[in-house]
Amino acid sequence: MRFLLSVSVLLGLAATPALAADAAKGKAAFMKNGCWQCHGEVGQGGAAGKTLAPKPMPLEAFNVFVRNSNGQMPPYPKEILSDADLADIHAYLMSIPAGKDYKSIPLLSQ
Amino acid sequence: MARKDRRRFLTGFVAAGAATALTPPLARGAEEESAQKELAQNTRAPSALPPSAQVAAAETQTPHELPPNRIGGLPGSDFMVDVIKTLGIRYCPANCASSYRGIHESLINYGGNKMPEFLTCMHEESAVAMGHGYFKIAGKPLMTLCHGTVGLQHASMAIYNAWCDRVPMIVIGGNDLDASTRPPSVPTFHSAQDINALVRDFTKWDDTPVSLQHFAQSMVRAYKIAMTPPYGPVMISLDAGLQQEPAKGHGGDKLYIPRYVPTAPPAGDSGAVKEAAKLLAEAQNPVIVADRMARTPNGIKLLVQLAEALQARVVDQGSRTNFPRTHYLSATPSAVPGADVILGLELADFWNVVNSWTDNGEHGVGRNSSRIKQGTKLISINASDLITKANYQDFQRFQVIDIQMAADAEATLPALIEAVRSAIPAARRSAIAQRGEAAKKAHAEDHARTRQAAALGWDASPISTARLCMETYNAVKGLDWSIVSQSGNVSNWLTRLWPIEQHHHWLGRSGGYGVGYGAPASVGAALANRDAGRFSVNIQADGDLMYAPGVLWTAAKHKIPQLAVMHNNRGYHQEVMHVQRLANFRNRASNYGGDLGPVGTRIENPDIEYHKLAESMGWWARGPIKEASQLAAALREAVKVVQSGTPVLLNVWTQPR
Repeated sequence: MRFLLSVSVLLGLAATPALAADAAKGKAAFMKNGCWQCHGEVGQGGAAGKTLAPKPMPLEAFNVFVRNSNGQMPPYPKEILSDADLADIHAYLMSIPAGKDYKSIPLLSQ
Repeated sequence: MARKDRRRFLTGFVAAGAATALTPPLARGAEEESAQKELAQNTRAPSALPPSAQVAAAETQTPHELPPNRIGGLPGSDFMVDVIKTLGIRYCPANCASSYRGIHESLINYGGNKMPEFLTCMHEESAVAMGHGYFKIAGKPLMTLCHGTVGLQHASMAIYNAWCDRVPMIVIGGNDLDASTRPPSVPTFHSAQDINALVRDFTKWDDTPVSLQHFAQSMVRAYKIAMTPPYGPVMISLDAGLQQEPAKGHGGDKLYIPRYVPTAPPAGDSGAVKEAAKLLAEAQNPVIVADRMARTPNGIKLLVQLAEALQARVVDQGSRTNFPRTHYLSATPSAVPGADVILGLELADFWNVVNSWTDNGEHGVGRNSSRIKQGTKLISINASDLITKANYQDFQRFQVIDIQMAADAEATLPALIEAVRSAIPAARRSAIAQRGEAAKKAHAEDHARTRQAAALGWDASPISTARLCMETYNAVKGLDWSIVSQSGNVSNWLTRLWPIEQHHHWLGRSGGYGVGYGAPASVGAALANRDAGRFSVNIQADGDLMYAPGVLWTAAKHKIPQLAVMHNNRGYHQEVMHVQRLANFRNRASNYGGDLGPVGTRIENPDIEYHKLAESMGWWARGPIKEASQLAAALREAVKVVQSGTPVLLNVWTQPR
């Protein structure tokens, strides 16, 4: 069943015209849908979820993962998180600037 | 309970000379008589009335005819205090209750409120958890008193935590057994046939003494059992009648106090030790995983010796400080899959070391998978194998082990180290040294990766948990610090970033994952640190604090300082994802009800002002601190206040994890 779902999601994505993603809306969707709870508000990750930003995975791979995750993260179906919201979330993650080099932070380089 | 029979016992008790180390405060006759005289002399009628003949006599004459007290002898609970004093128990955190009023009165008046000192607690769960935290610093157990029914019900979760965490605690529950004489109504609601049944599944031993001599034996036995590895809580049901009756021995025998002699911990079978040493010595890539191995600071030294002899990487699961995090052989769990021999030391869950479970299988059932390669040999040394019970499932999933020793790991390590040194073939020495060089490189790489991960979200608001931990470290790094508790989940930044090397640096967690452990355990551990002159740091979660926040008052009342830095993520974060996960599996959006997480999992709207809560109970407190840039100055000020002897709480808003 999961395989069929993956295929349909991929086909669905291929048939969908490119979405005009909005980082500000993406941040709101990131918070509203609970992504921040495991990945942190700026996608920094932690014990509960992987680091998402900076440099998130490409949108296509991101979509496939979110819809079909069979790892620790539960899959988010379209009924819960629309393609538009997902694209906005990706745009938000793309907008997060690179973190500092730890060597430039005295508390981490000591 | 044959109370009348007990009353036939002959009077008088002794501390059995050869059988006890007691310095008895028993010869209280003259002292007590003098106190009675003083009391009688101080008993006056209102000054406006002329004294009656009786009052005049009381004011002017020595009342020779009066017995020393109403019960016609020393109370049984005085003898109980004498027994307790032989065990060197320093504190008795407890919430007062009528069913133990006899021993309560004896502790504070006859016993002088010393050894043990009564600490006023506002919840029995707090009292037990204080003992839990105290032991992990002091290495000595505390006792607590509670109502045997309602109080014990309050205490039970904390007792379960102590059981799972292999921590000794002596729990004494008051109970009035004699239905024909006990007070009706409330005290009868608070009585039961067998109060110990409530906690029998998660205590090592329990008893219901029916005489004072029986109590003396039970108390010393309880202490001895609790303090024999594997450690654990024990329970004594204490009859109210026994506490209040005159101290008398059986038919002419004088009461005596058995001497406490520690029991040696169980060490591994010599044949099994040799076999394990051979496997380890000949392994290509042995990995050691330790959870509750280091019962004492010496355990750390022993594990370093073993690891260095093998140049084996050590994964410290962190229920205690088992291994210095700064040592080049200290490794993350990612070392496990490459191992060909795994030595597990006091692991709470060996299955989970070598397997994984993902909560994302079909039909809502989790998925199992192995984390190790086929043929990997497993060795276990675990004293918990000696006390496995049936009902509660703290023994975890069954794992087949190649060499399994039901023994205390710390007690077994000296023999294992010697056996390993003898078993290493000369031809292997060079390969083993090379393994050490590879470990140094891996450790350095882990170090850099961890710090880079900590840098992500460094300036975020609310404050990142990595920043929270490192700002706190920076404020206390010059002191003899001790992390007394870490409740909630801060992505393990404390054990990943702080230079944890000594036994008191890191105490582990609750054991049974019963939430509400953090705050009271931190107060108990801070008490032991106060006595040792150390500085206590507590990363305090919001949800944990609200189970029984009255422990804040206990800390202020008894002048127990600590620096509590809150990890206030405004939710029961562990539960957030459980509900979200199920909603996703069921293809429906989770109802957030206007909050930032599923209904029932958030602690917001309104936000709790923890700093005001703490302040109201005598703490110095500041907050809410939401910006990382505000944290360092607040911490600097807070440390100074803690050093003056006052407990401090900083209410810091944090990222979820």
